[in-house]
Amino acid sequence: MTSVMGDLSINLTEEQGMLLDVARGFVADKAPIEAVRAQLETVTGFDETVWQDMVALGWTGIALPESAGGAAMGVGSVVPVIESLGSGLLGTPLISTTLAGQLLVRAGGPQGGSEGGATLDALLSRIAGGEIATVALLDNGDWGATNTALALTDNGTLQGRKMMVPDAGIASIYVVVCHLGNAPALAVVERASLAESAITENTLIDLTKRSANVDFTGVKPLATLTGSQVVSALRDFGLLGALLVSAEATGSTARCLNVIVDYLKTRKQFGKLIGSYQALKHPTVDIYCGMEDARSFVYHAATLVGDEPLSVDAEVACRMAKAQATEVLTFAGDRSVQFHGGIGFTWDCDSTLFIRRAQWTRQAFSDAGHHRKHLGQLLLDS
Amino acid sequence: MTDDKQALKNFKRDVRAWVEEHVPADPGFLLPLSFLEVGTEQQLDFLRAWQHKVWSAGFLGMHWPSEYGGQGADPAYQAIVDRELQRVKAPILFNTIGLNWVGPLLLDIGSEEAKSKYVKGILSGGEIWCQGFSEPDHGSDLGSVQTRAVRDGDDYIINGSKIWTTLGNFADHMILLARTNTQTERKYDGLSFFLAPMKVAGIDAHPIRKVTGEYGFNQVFFTDARIPAETLMLEEGKGWSVAMKTLEYERGVNAGQASGHWMVAIDIDDAVGELRQYTRDGEPLLNDPVTRDEAVKLIMEAKAVGLSRSRMRIEHLTNDYPMGLPLSSKYRWTEYSRRMKLFTAAMQGGHSALYVGDADAYQGGFWQRAYFSNFGATIGGGTTEVQANIIAEHVLGLPK
Repeated sequence: MTSVMGDLSINLTEEQGMLLDVARGFVADKAPIEAVRAQLETVTGFDETVWQDMVALGWTGIALPESAGGAAMGVGSVVPVIESLGSGLLGTPLISTTLAGQLLVRAGGPQGGSEGGATLDALLSRIAGGEIATVALLDNGDWGATNTALALTDNGTLQGRKMMVPDAGIASIYVVVCHLGNAPALAVVERASLAESAITENTLIDLTKRSANVDFTGVKPLATLTGSQVVSALRDFGLLGALLVSAEATGSTARCLNVIVDYLKTRKQFGKLIGSYQALKHPTVDIYCGMEDARSFVYHAATLVGDEPLSVDAEVACRMAKAQATEVLTFAGDRSVQFHGGIGFTWDCDSTLFIRRAQWTRQAFSDAGHHRKHLGQLLLDS
Repeated sequence: MTDDKQALKNFKRDVRAWVEEHVPADPGFLLPLSFLEVGTEQQLDFLRAWQHKVWSAGFLGMHWPSEYGGQGADPAYQAIVDRELQRVKAPILFNTIGLNWVGPLLLDIGSEEAKSKYVKGILSGGEIWCQGFSEPDHGSDLGSVQTRAVRDGDDYIINGSKIWTTLGNFADHMILLARTNTQTERKYDGLSFFLAPMKVAGIDAHPIRKVTGEYGFNQVFFTDARIPAETLMLEEGKGWSVAMKTLEYERGVNAGQASGHWMVAIDIDDAVGELRQYTRDGEPLLNDPVTRDEAVKLIMEAKAVGLSRSRMRIEHLTNDYPMGLPLSSKYRWTEYSRRMKLFTAAMQGGHSALYVGDADAYQGGFWQRAYFSNFGATIGGGTTEVQANIIAEHVLGLPK
């Protein structure tokens, strides 16, 4: 019988190490907490000049093919960047844009069917060049659903709506998960073909994130992708989404830990620094250890995800990353508010940013319990 | 493949063949799960012969210098041996305090004389070592130890008591932390570190029975026991720093241990394999969603421990907390291990209450015994709670 431990590799290429250094420096430079707070109640949730700087650094093309102007470094190489952005709580559409690119690349490869004029490379070139793209996936809150009511109809238009489409309000390219007859399909939709009234912004707990419900009814897509690769691409998209959200959450947890530790080292009660009390110290250690575990899973997954359809080991890694990162950020944000006492309860306390982020992270690409359910199938039923 | 890799691969094949040929058959009596549970002469004789056999074959302390009984090889070779021994659940290499703490300590900061005198006997199993740190009133708070060492001519006279002394009733030597000065401003500065002989008058070891029903620990009483002054390491008052260095070896922060095979490895695959055999409501237990969820959580913990070892080697992924993974390693895996063993035992339904000796106990009560035995790991070498303080203070910088 094979071991349930499976693969245990973690590798980081020199280029990935450099990306990590650059991204950490970028976040330190561009995302002091005041800059993050300044965007909390804006319409877009991010600073356009920061986004353009990220595009100029090539981050939108890290995992895209060279034919589209990308660096073809693989989606694992996006992980160090996303982790760093997470530590800055920086609200940018890089996760959405990266995942939309991955879904297109994986569904539209050599055997993928594509109709409708725009070639895949042209679309991917626009994404690499900084146009914001996103995937419209959910009909409802069930991340495990594999069917969608959104139809590509006989007359070539879409029929139906999607909910919680990340960064929908600012995207210019939408990859819409739909069905054509009984088969899943992808429809590429331009922002220009959507009416303003088609987009309804969600009221999110995490003020650094944006998402919207989008009604695609009557819209004629720019291109459609069909065929068996779509099924495999959608599976990989869900797993890579889980991985990138986990990377971001791990960065956020590390930053939250810093906020907790700083407070525990400066706040005094009963004549002592509160960090000397084990009732606060030991949960903080558990946050630290949980963060390190999440980080190990995230970089393990980053090591295993390539351009080809994801292996079972890679699936296990992505799901473990999400199960761990989700729970530890939730715990860290929760304890950070509690440990800050009365001030932790106020809008201006930075702890609230993390507990809010945790509520987004938990649901995005499904929660820990759901991933463990699938892990059970992968690990215990084989 | 490089020559090195090929050499390691060939070596692994050779070791596996040797292990399969030489690993002893079940002797018909209970063998200790770890070095903490060597309780009878019968067990001792068996394990001593086994360690000697492994060392004679060249598979112990391979990376230690050849002049002291090692072979000056790359540590990767010993790691392969350890894995192969663990794979077949071979009997442990029992002289652990010598192999993993005293040996590396002596090779690191010991005098030439001490190295020549002691290291080879540690490897061969000819000379058994124990550790005299904890006292009845000072376990986790090691800095407060009270056992006295008073200089008298060429000797020190020792009075006091040590406890939880693994192998103490069999040992030839003890690494002894004792107080040579009661007047220092800092309690730590009054401590000294000795490589004390055990077979002298005035030292009595009393075995302590454990929760598992087995022995292995002792309380050691010193009554005007004379030990040679030359067994003092470094100088008087330096005992605390030597003890801390020893603990770094004990907790796995520093490399250099002669072998990692000091306990019978019970891993997550053993647990899952066991859980597969149990039923609930007449169906396989692993069909139950709650049990499955718990099992997956444990698999994740096991995997996280394994992955942290892979990640430790990558500077870029550890530079935010450089000592974080090594310093938290004992905290994680001993607690994970305890939960994993408890869970496996607890899932046995009615059988979960049966112990070693009952004919109906699953696997002869193996999991129950393993769970109880695991407290040696969560308590010994610094309790889980002290480990958490260490991580808080030394990794996160929180105040004492």
